Amino acid sequence: MATAPPLPINVELPALEETPPRQLGRWRRLPLKAKAGVILLGFFVLAAIIGPLVAPYDPGYQNPSQALSMAAPSAAHLLGTTQSGQDVLSQLLSGIRLTLELALLVGVIAGALSVIVGVASAFLGGIWDDLLSLLTNVFLVIPALPLLIVLLGYLPHTGQTATILVLAALGWPWGARVIRAQTLSIRNRDFIAASRESGESAWRIIAFEIVPNEVSLIAANFVNTVLYAIGASVALAFIGVTNLSSWSLGTMLYWAQSQQALQFGAWWWFVPPGLAVALMGTSLVLLNTGIDELGNPRLKDANQRARVNGRRLLPTDPTPVLNAALPQRRSPVMAFMRSFSRSAYVADRSQRLSAPKPSEGQR
Amino acid sequence: MPFILRRLGFYVVAAWVALTVNFFLPRWVPGNAVEAIMSKFPSLQPAAYHALEAMLGVGNGGSIWHQYGSYLVDVLHLNFGISSSEYPAHVSTLLAQTIPWTLVLVGTATVIAFFLGTLLGILAGWRHGGWLERLLPGLMFLQAIPYFFLALLLLYVLAVNVHIFPMGQGYAGGLIPGWNWSFISSAFFHSLLPAFTIVITSVAGWMLQMRNVMITTIGEDYVLAAQAKGLRNRRVIFSYAARNALLPQLQGFGLALGFVVSGAIVMEIVFSYPGIGLLLLNSVTSDDYPLTQAIFLVITFAVLIANLIVDLVIVAVDPRVRTREAA
Repeated sequence: MATAPPLPINVELPALEETPPRQLGRWRRLPLKAKAGVILLGFFVLAAIIGPLVAPYDPGYQNPSQALSMAAPSAAHLLGTTQSGQDVLSQLLSGIRLTLELALLVGVIAGALSVIVGVASAFLGGIWDDLLSLLTNVFLVIPALPLLIVLLGYLPHTGQTATILVLAALGWPWGARVIRAQTLSIRNRDFIAASRESGESAWRIIAFEIVPNEVSLIAANFVNTVLYAIGASVALAFIGVTNLSSWSLGTMLYWAQSQQALQFGAWWWFVPPGLAVALMGTSLVLLNTGIDELGNPRLKDANQRARVNGRRLLPTDPTPVLNAALPQRRSPVMAFMRSFSRSAYVADRSQRLSAPKPSEGQR
Repeated sequence: MPFILRRLGFYVVAAWVALTVNFFLPRWVPGNAVEAIMSKFPSLQPAAYHALEAMLGVGNGGSIWHQYGSYLVDVLHLNFGISSSEYPAHVSTLLAQTIPWTLVLVGTATVIAFFLGTLLGILAGWRHGGWLERLLPGLMFLQAIPYFFLALLLLYVLAVNVHIFPMGQGYAGGLIPGWNWSFISSAFFHSLLPAFTIVITSVAGWMLQMRNVMITTIGEDYVLAAQAKGLRNRRVIFSYAARNALLPQLQGFGLALGFVVSGAIVMEIVFSYPGIGLLLLNSVTSDDYPLTQAIFLVITFAVLIANLIVDLVIVAVDPRVRTREAA
């Protein structure tokens, strides 16, 4: 049997084609949803940082003037006043700060807990894995909010710290479950085996090999936990089981509800805080969906997907044959409107070129 | 061990954890129910302490393990003690009055939201990029709205400004609950707005999840094969793609149930709906510990039982679970 020719060693490698440098490439490649989420969240973070500094009044100051009791929005009070003459805008600004602060703290603590439990469970294996998984699943199945209400109902002086700790104590199981699954799959890869063979300690493997490979998962989990913390803390404050002396979005809603803003038609009292919570939540959901789409390209917004002659490809359409006449179902008006969009340009160009690259249509 | 037995074992453990937390919690934290009542009514003499203890069924002597044992036995017999805020009503009587309201309202609305969301998710996933997907950002906004805020808004618009719907409560004042037409129609009418709130806020979550699984499933080869055979689109969607995409959705249903129930509780408070959520709030604000604990247990057990039902459905529809049992 002829021996294979020796591998050429000193071959000049062809120079790799330089990819053009991309300015802003990373930001532009982010899915639209993630961009919207980042911008919206940035707005709230900004409001939380500078809000209390630019707030026109002290949120707790009660203006004794009778005319300012539940006054509608005006130039002096942009979002109106509460029943006891407090400025709603000032309350809203400090409420955003307090709620965001609390949610971020809960996110950090609960996120750390879920990393610890998830990684430990998968890395230790055996009986530890069984026990920690059982604990995770039990906490996952017990409904959190009733337990939170019961816990906070028992704690005598429910300050901010107690709320944060209790929320964090119940917020980790989702993340722990996901991180455990990911660690299990990473654990069996070759580079872990290699670092184990080279005698690295378990701690080093966890801290420098496993956790860095889970950063995106941990980030997504953090966003989810913050979302949970906002929802739960506002709900708890709304029903009045947390500290009611500070101004958070939830306590604003609590006072609005308990002093019958609804019945008096004072929408400026309960709509701003509720809307702020909803928009904050939306920004986080958008952010997370964007992260999902980065990881799973199939979920990508279909507007960025291939079109042939202006017709969007459905998942089960046959592989498109370029230049084939597909039925045009667009009205002339729509065709005109669409001629401004990028996808129309792509489809148009593919028609003009005689031999389009295959990647043009089947992307 | 068969799948369902293993799951049953897990639920027993979860129930036991909930019971144990419930038992030890008031004994860990400073202060107790008796002291709460004593501080609320300063006129009570110190001698009343033991009478109160006896009344509430706490501190009935013996070691803590003895108490724990008798507590477990009591719970098994559905004997949750006596409510302190609505003395002398038994906790179980109060529960029996409120549970049907919540069960009918939250249960029906959740099931409707699940089926509606799943169906919409199937369609959105199939017509990837269709008009249903255009609604997604709006639906995400709805999902991020706290239940109770949407409830407040709906009340403000539909009950305060336009007097279409009632301001809350379970039925019109002056009616006596019973199986007669005027009561049932009134109760139905009063439940419309709360049910609508639950459906609107939770449908987006189901839809989004189903859409994501559906998009992944459509990429599978067997879907392509079904298309290549020339099967009708409807058959491919429902019998090939959606059928398989439903399994993760079902598992998600079990897990998300706790969130749904939690949201519904707060929603009840806004509508002053005579369900278990409103009772929970009243019991917490009036330091009625026996009632609070019992409600927590009831909600937890309801979620556990619903999860068990989901597991049974999964065994019925997923042959892989059954074959793994046999192996």
